[in-house]
Amino acid sequence: MQIPAPFDYVRATTVDNALELLTRHGPDSRIIAGGHSLLPMMKLRLARPEWLIDINDLYELDYILRDGGELRVGALTRHTTLLEADEIAELFPIVRDAEQVIADPVVRNRGTIGGSLCQADPAEDLSTVCHVLGAVAVVRGPAGERTLTMPEFHRGPYQTAVGQDELLCEVRFPIRPRTGSAYEKVERRAGDWAVGAAGAAVTLAEDGSIADAAVGLTALGLDQTVAGVAGLLRGKHPSEELFADAGRLAAEASDPVADQRGPVDYKRHLADELTRRVLRRACARAAQTAAQTQEG
Amino acid sequence: MQISMTVNGNEVSSEIEPRVLLVHYIREVLGLTGTHWGCDTSNCGTCVVLMDGQPVKSCTVLAAMAAGHDIRTVEGLATGATLDPVQQGFMEEHGLQCGFCTPGMMLTARALLDKNPHPDAGEIRQAISGQICRCTGYATIVRSVQWAAAHPAAVAGAGLEGAAEVLDGTDTVVEDVATETDDAEVKA
Repeated sequence: MQIPAPFDYVRATTVDNALELLTRHGPDSRIIAGGHSLLPMMKLRLARPEWLIDINDLYELDYILRDGGELRVGALTRHTTLLEADEIAELFPIVRDAEQVIADPVVRNRGTIGGSLCQADPAEDLSTVCHVLGAVAVVRGPAGERTLTMPEFHRGPYQTAVGQDELLCEVRFPIRPRTGSAYEKVERRAGDWAVGAAGAAVTLAEDGSIADAAVGLTALGLDQTVAGVAGLLRGKHPSEELFADAGRLAAEASDPVADQRGPVDYKRHLADELTRRVLRRACARAAQTAAQTQEG
Repeated sequence: MQISMTVNGNEVSSEIEPRVLLVHYIREVLGLTGTHWGCDTSNCGTCVVLMDGQPVKSCTVLAAMAAGHDIRTVEGLATGATLDPVQQGFMEEHGLQCGFCTPGMMLTARALLDKNPHPDAGEIRQAISGQICRCTGYATIVRSVQWAAAHPAAVAGAGLEGAAEVLDGTDTVVEDVATETDDAEVKA
């Protein structure tokens, strides 16, 4: 029977209250939201907080809000909500692509975007999605609020810039016209961690050439986006040859480790093949969006 | 710590350690052993209960986190002697063999039908994809949920009649052979 070691439990009533509790209980306290990463780690004694601060009552952090050129998503927004939100699927189809393959439907009822990003598991999908979309993390602490780009926020496997006394409150996604995005994952069975996955976002210029692009990898040994992809694709028209070049670049940038999910050369192959697929789909979606904009 | 919640419509209140998981609270403190305890790692889904109407894996929710919420377990599906259509469907379509995964499967099915009264086979498979059955190959579970979708109104006393049929056995076997072709259609 797997049971966590003893701890004390307190429910935060507001964001300010959560911050006070973090300050009061110090380094031995941890925030719990969905709990589907933290509780398994506590059962295995990989995490052993003395205080759990439950933020599930902070409904003020559960929202999806379009605000000018940004979509603002509260950190306590559940995976199921993200998956089902039509506005997100329309603006950022990569999010629905990813959410369909994050864990399983029952786990998605509990897990949150904030929890996923703060866990920063190398096989976690939303970190890649946020990198590719150029999202910004809004973090609050005793000293006030700060906004971090994903490269600033996400420092590596299981590491973020969120301080012990801080709370990730919001993720902001910039809304870009003529842009498409996509995500694809290979997993051994439903609900498993990724063998490998890739995400892409592409913005097209008026003439149909690529104005900007980003590719990210999940579980393939690369925390940031693939360097050089934008430089390679910019100014060129989408083509299979171009996607193949980007695929090679992604495979070279990847640094996978062999494990029970596959050997290194297979995972490198996935970095290549999945990059081609997501770029192909992102370009098609961007073209569709651009056509709709022109009609509109 | 003191916690209170609603379980199958009843207010319950207990003094517990914060580290008690919801599955153990339900089984050991409340004595409702219909909720099964399986893998401990939120993979198998036999511990699924409904929390405010949504399926959750109760091995990965603290009882303390469920305080103040509305919990429904498999014991809360039937109304007296009247089975929920999902339970009736699992009987009609042989949705279980050993029965270990069944409580979780039925609660996920109930939540699915509450949200989407006419799911297709793919939607049913998607809904139960976080739950493992090692007996049925899932085909009869899908058919059970489809049966429930086609018979949304529970019939008073139907559960008891159905139980007699299953115990009798012969009819059920014939039905199983007859439904083999349906399975092929579902896959196609």
